[in-house]
Amino acid sequence: MQVRGTVLTVRRVDAYHALTFVAPAIATRFRPGQFVSVAVGGPSSAMLGRRAFAVHDVRPDHGGTVEFIFEAVGPGTSWLSGLRARDVLDAVGPLGRPFPVPRDPSSCLLLGVGYGGSPLFALAARLRERGCTADFLLGAASADRVYGALTARRIGRSLTITTSDGSLGARGSVTVMLEQVIREARTEVIYACAPVPVLREVCALAARYEIPVQACVDVPMACGTGVCMGCVLPVRGTDGITRIVRACVDGPVFRGDLVRWDDIGTIPFDALGAPGWNPRGSPPRTDTETRHAG
Amino acid sequence: MPVDMRARLGHVELPNPVVAAAGCAGAGRELAQFLDVARLGAITTKSIMTEPRTGNPAPRLTQTPSGLLNAVGLQGPGIDAFLQRDLPWLLSRGARVVVSIAGGTVRDYAELATRQSDAAGVCAIEVNLSCPNAEDAGRVFALDPVAAGHVVAAVRGNARYDIPVFAKLSPDVTDIVPVASACVSAGADGLCLINTMLGMAIDPATMRPVLAGMYGGLSGPAIRPVAVRCVWQVHEAFPAVPLIGVGGVQTGRDALEFLLAGASMVGVGTEIVHDPSACSRVLRELEEELAAMGIDRLADIVGQAHAPRRIAR
Repeated sequence: MQVRGTVLTVRRVDAYHALTFVAPAIATRFRPGQFVSVAVGGPSSAMLGRRAFAVHDVRPDHGGTVEFIFEAVGPGTSWLSGLRARDVLDAVGPLGRPFPVPRDPSSCLLLGVGYGGSPLFALAARLRERGCTADFLLGAASADRVYGALTARRIGRSLTITTSDGSLGARGSVTVMLEQVIREARTEVIYACAPVPVLREVCALAARYEIPVQACVDVPMACGTGVCMGCVLPVRGTDGITRIVRACVDGPVFRGDLVRWDDIGTIPFDALGAPGWNPRGSPPRTDTETRHAG
Repeated sequence: MPVDMRARLGHVELPNPVVAAAGCAGAGRELAQFLDVARLGAITTKSIMTEPRTGNPAPRLTQTPSGLLNAVGLQGPGIDAFLQRDLPWLLSRGARVVVSIAGGTVRDYAELATRQSDAAGVCAIEVNLSCPNAEDAGRVFALDPVAAGHVVAAVRGNARYDIPVFAKLSPDVTDIVPVASACVSAGADGLCLINTMLGMAIDPATMRPVLAGMYGGLSGPAIRPVAVRCVWQVHEAFPAVPLIGVGGVQTGRDALEFLLAGASMVGVGTEIVHDPSACSRVLRELEEELAAMGIDRLADIVGQAHAPRRIAR
């Protein structure tokens, strides 16, 4: 759905901003893990790429409001942080594949790094409805960049915090505490929202414990709707064939064991349609052809 | 009275002149939740090749002032999957489909033209000539009038007689008219102007090119004046050849600019990335614009900017 939503509030949350806007069409369709893509810079903007943000939560007031968290780092996000109540925001959503939730009550670990962990709180509420428990493991560079610690303490069964500078919780990356949390909480499912290098480590560790991971990838997107083909990564299908898929329509939540974390940013040679890929068993192409195939 | 918006793609009549440009509407399915694909003049598919193709690694896309720079590298499912899955879906929704084809050799293009012609419902073929020619050390077809002519002749020769063939040209040439001339002589029923311009962006923080493919195609309002100039020049040289004007159209007024320069159809491309419902909005704005000017037939204003200036009384 594409809506022109009225901005309710833009407020600071530690190092980040939270923007709430009225969009009943998005709020009623939303499921945790989905995102919105917003146009930035106003009607005659020179910034053509849209900005994608994971939805933090939706609320039923004003017919339905949507909130997302962002950090003002570039011209687009700075423009967003300067919006005021009653300004209009061009938003498309809810987009992408949401988090699947377990059928039976399970012990779930919710892992977030920085404000990337913002979609986990709506997920925790959904998990609770299913009778699941949520253990939070939140990490960030410093104490003011840990997002949602208070909420996590309120709604989670346990909360573990790590910071790179040691200003809050354990010192180091979230992966430092991951093994301990998994063992103490007897984790059965991991939901992770983090930068790609962290997700790779989380998935590798979870594989050792044979715990399924639902990983929400954070890759830049320009449209969010699937037309620009910018947000691609190599993902193995359940048929065993690797395809270059779009994070916006096939994700952003992927099964952790299917993403080829080490090959992100490359085209694996065995991916469907990679240079030299030969589907019909026809004789290899001639020298001149293969040389320019890429 | 409503404006008569009908436009012609060769001998095929379309209800209006707004088409979704190649590569910006995916397979059409992505746009269906934002607009009725049957309402558009036509949908141009992402360029189809003979085999599935992964395209370039990420990062593929970056934003530049009033533009997007992309090096997607023609990722696509290949002709088999397209004919089995994407084309039937578009036709079932009542869309008129212009199939863009791309290849590395003249033989590839010929094969694609044959395969398209066997499938029912293709409205027109657009020949993406901005591909490296594997038989000429990777030189892009669109930069060489002779190579471009060969491709167009092969496509025209293999496509069914009643499917119009449009050649999509690159602006990265010293003079676009000779390339246009070669394509028309080779049998193109019309031309599509313009493809992206080659550009580059370097990230000062990493001191490396931003895109994994190094160079990328620049699109968006940044190149609109170039596109209007190309349409003008080609219409001046070949007033009878139908043109699809593409390049940074954001509003109905921008579309009008292309029509006045000589395009009989207008493509909306990069703006779809920015606003997924752009095509239907541009169409609405164009209709309002024409109605406000008191024009009742769209075809009347095509190429009007070439008319000698009227003396004010």
